[in-house]
Amino acid sequence: MIANLSRRGLLGAAAASGLVLGFRAAGYHPITGAKAAPASALLAPNVYVEIEPTGRVTVVVPRSEMGTGIKTSLAQALADELDAEWGGIVVVQAQGDARYGDQNTDGSRSVRQFLLPLRRAGASARHMLVAAAAERWKVAAADCHTEPGFVVGPTAGQRLGYGALVEAAARQPVPPAEALTLKPSSAWRYIGKPLPVVDLDDIVHGKAVYGIDVVLPGMKYASIERPPVYGGTLKSYDAKAALAVPGVERVVEIPAAPLPAGFAPLGGLAVIANSTWAAQQARQKLTIAWNDGPNGSFDSATYYKALATTAGQPGRALRNGGNVDAALAGAAKRIAADYFVPHLAHAMMEPEAAVARIVDGQCEVWTATQNPQQARQTVAQAIGFDQAHVTINITLLGGGFGRKSKPDYVAEAAFLAHAVGAPVKVTWTREDDIRHEYFHAACAQHMEAGFDADGKAVAWLHRSVFPSIRSTFSPDVTYGAEGEMDQGVVDMPYDIANVRCENGPAAAHVRIGWYRSVYNIPHGFAVGSFVDEMAVAAGKDPVEFIIALLGEPRIVDLHAMGVNYGNYGASLADYPIDTARHRAVVQLAAERSGWGAKLPPRTGMGIAVHRSFLTYVAAVARVGVGSDGTVAVQRIDLAVDCGQVVNPDRVTAQFEGAAIMGLGNTLFSSLSFKEGQVQETNFGDYAVARMDSTPETHVHIVPSEAPPAGVGEPGVPPASAAICNAIYAATGRRIRSLPVDPRQLTTS
Amino acid sequence: MIELNVNGVVHHVDAPSDMPLLWALRDLLGLHGTKFGCGIGACGACTVHVDGDATRACVTAIGDAQGRHIVTIEGLHGDHGDHPLQHAWKQVNVPQCGYCQPGQIMQAAALLAQTPKPTDQQIDDAMMGNICRCGTYQRIKTAIKMAAGEQA
Ligand code: FES
Ligand code: FES
Repeated sequence: MIANLSRRGLLGAAAASGLVLGFRAAGYHPITGAKAAPASALLAPNVYVEIEPTGRVTVVVPRSEMGTGIKTSLAQALADELDAEWGGIVVVQAQGDARYGDQNTDGSRSVRQFLLPLRRAGASARHMLVAAAAERWKVAAADCHTEPGFVVGPTAGQRLGYGALVEAAARQPVPPAEALTLKPSSAWRYIGKPLPVVDLDDIVHGKAVYGIDVVLPGMKYASIERPPVYGGTLKSYDAKAALAVPGVERVVEIPAAPLPAGFAPLGGLAVIANSTWAAQQARQKLTIAWNDGPNGSFDSATYYKALATTAGQPGRALRNGGNVDAALAGAAKRIAADYFVPHLAHAMMEPEAAVARIVDGQCEVWTATQNPQQARQTVAQAIGFDQAHVTINITLLGGGFGRKSKPDYVAEAAFLAHAVGAPVKVTWTREDDIRHEYFHAACAQHMEAGFDADGKAVAWLHRSVFPSIRSTFSPDVTYGAEGEMDQGVVDMPYDIANVRCENGPAAAHVRIGWYRSVYNIPHGFAVGSFVDEMAVAAGKDPVEFIIALLGEPRIVDLHAMGVNYGNYGASLADYPIDTARHRAVVQLAAERSGWGAKLPPRTGMGIAVHRSFLTYVAAVARVGVGSDGTVAVQRIDLAVDCGQVVNPDRVTAQFEGAAIMGLGNTLFSSLSFKEGQVQETNFGDYAVARMDSTPETHVHIVPSEAPPAGVGEPGVPPASAAICNAIYAATGRRIRSLPVDPRQLTTS
Repeated sequence: MIELNVNGVVHHVDAPSDMPLLWALRDLLGLHGTKFGCGIGACGACTVHVDGDATRACVTAIGDAQGRHIVTIEGLHGDHGDHPLQHAWKQVNVPQCGYCQPGQIMQAAALLAQTPKPTDQQIDDAMMGNICRCGTYQRIKTAIKMAAGEQA
């Protein structure tokens, strides 16, 4: 897999014409950097690392940086095995290119997928440097060792910097993966250490460059009015008033994608101007008539009710063990509950933005994207180019949360640059962002449980109904995908003899997309809440009840139960569902949060545990509820077992952030639709968590040698249930529909 | 021509007087540290100082900013290099994606200039207009307190 590339192989294939203004990656640009490197001496054993005779080490990170710290974490892994000086490393964002492997920064799997390849990439370069030094000193490679940036030989004075060895090392064969010895964890210098992110200084000085910040010479600014209803098309328009706005050059029609739109632009009318402001102003002066298409009557009030109705009826079973109907019928005690989560928006702080330029049949794009290879493909389609003639440069992302893995906005920029014959920047407004989302799916769920005469849970029924993400890509999709039911439904870990998990049909009327932790949001809410309801029904403390319900520590073998479980694309051998780890995080969260403490009136604690993206998280929330029903989350504790950790500070930060996003999903965020159009417009009416709703947050990471698992997403799912269970403990009122309605919690 | 004094430098911009300061800074002056997040004064990403007050550049017309002292993140600094907040921000590793951070720092800097030792409540009140979707509020608060201590 690791090949000895030609000297410019690292980045040469992607090197298009190169003037780049306003683009700065720690002072280094891959294109100019590769050109500047002396052709005769460069150690580049693979696409991820390059060492120059000056000793400068460039690490190319294949995944996008949207705030997780992945750019730093993956560089840490490589630098550690290379035994490089951390301060001497230049970290560069890869362009979109299949040679880097899967670049879709999505699904909380970057460390899982790239920790080993990047360690190997670093180790092979180190191996070649050591071999070169050994040859020069005429000693055995085994008698040499490395210190950060140097190879040291067996005799005193034998010490050479990596830079001095580059030329000779480049002539060494690339070692096969089997020949590499990776460091034992005890020898790690950077892996497992809380290194600050490489862009930190740029960020606090406002120098970090995001997609929205890229500027090219002669660039035009575009603002696009898109069909207000998904599937709508342009009927007619009058642009006279818009064209009269100073600075406006022209309007350009963008064809609408046929339904379902997938990653393609939604179409509409673009105003091209000499500043963002002129384009936005002129756009408001457009008079447009639309055909609304089949989704013109979509009304969320009706739709949300219909989802709940469907959840009340039998669906397709994806897990069916024992005999749930009989167990429920024979139960000494039964409970049932219905839960609901509405459509949500990602609303990352940097809205969708992209810059494209087409010169001599080559399209070059600069954008904040999670999925550069998909962007390349979508851009190529939009302008009728071969992918080979499309280059995607990835800037920092001002948040992504899944939205920026869908490159419709990137293709818009390329389409307009093609149409206008000049570089074009497309900047979405916040209103555009919310209106033309790939919405998080609304979800209605019905749950039932039965207990035997001894109070032991013997039956579990979980039915989930939601529009599938597949509906965005294929026509006539009604049922959820198995992978969607994998997210917190069929992987239910509790030790209950009779279990049935069902999925009911739901059509989509908007683009549905993945949003941080995806279907785990509603499923984590329903399962975590319902287990608490069961604890109440059983008259048990929730922590004790969860531990008992998990049963003896065991591996939940879903395949043996006939469940076609995808396990987030990982093998169940490497990443089993291990209830010992569920138990451990529950116990840790309870212990650290002060579970069981005596609390003031209308104050309560709630707990929930959830495994997603192969990571186990238990959340404990403590809330106080005002007499007016206002919920204040005072504290959140998250106990996390995500296996091996590369950068503990960034892992902690991801879980702190997940607590905030989970809190916002729970208390504030909601979308509604009328006549096919989303009613919320901006942060004025799409509420999210802010400083004044921020709890004291504690993240407790379980030390682990287990293979690395997800970090970006798994903190979100248990948050809603923990908060709502705490509300129940504080008030005796059960929240089953999000966001929390304070009117249900008043004292009057 | 509108005269804008930004970070101590006077610029003449040829733009309508109702153009928001945000877009003048970004598109006309090439100062991209001030970010666009909502355009309606609801997120704080575009926060700059106008005569020392934290101001939303997206809802401030350049006509109204004329003749006043505008400071953006690019012009923020302390007595020797970094502003104490920038220093604290790095100590605490506040940023995740970083996009909201210039606005957060400018908002916090105006707070500390007026209230050198803010209480938790004062921090909440001053900062609640600044959204961070990554959820760095906890560390922002820690960093503000650290910087407030440092300034003592
Ligand atoms: S962009 Fe100005 S407050 Fe949001
Ligand atoms: S750090 Fe990403 S929005 Fe604040």
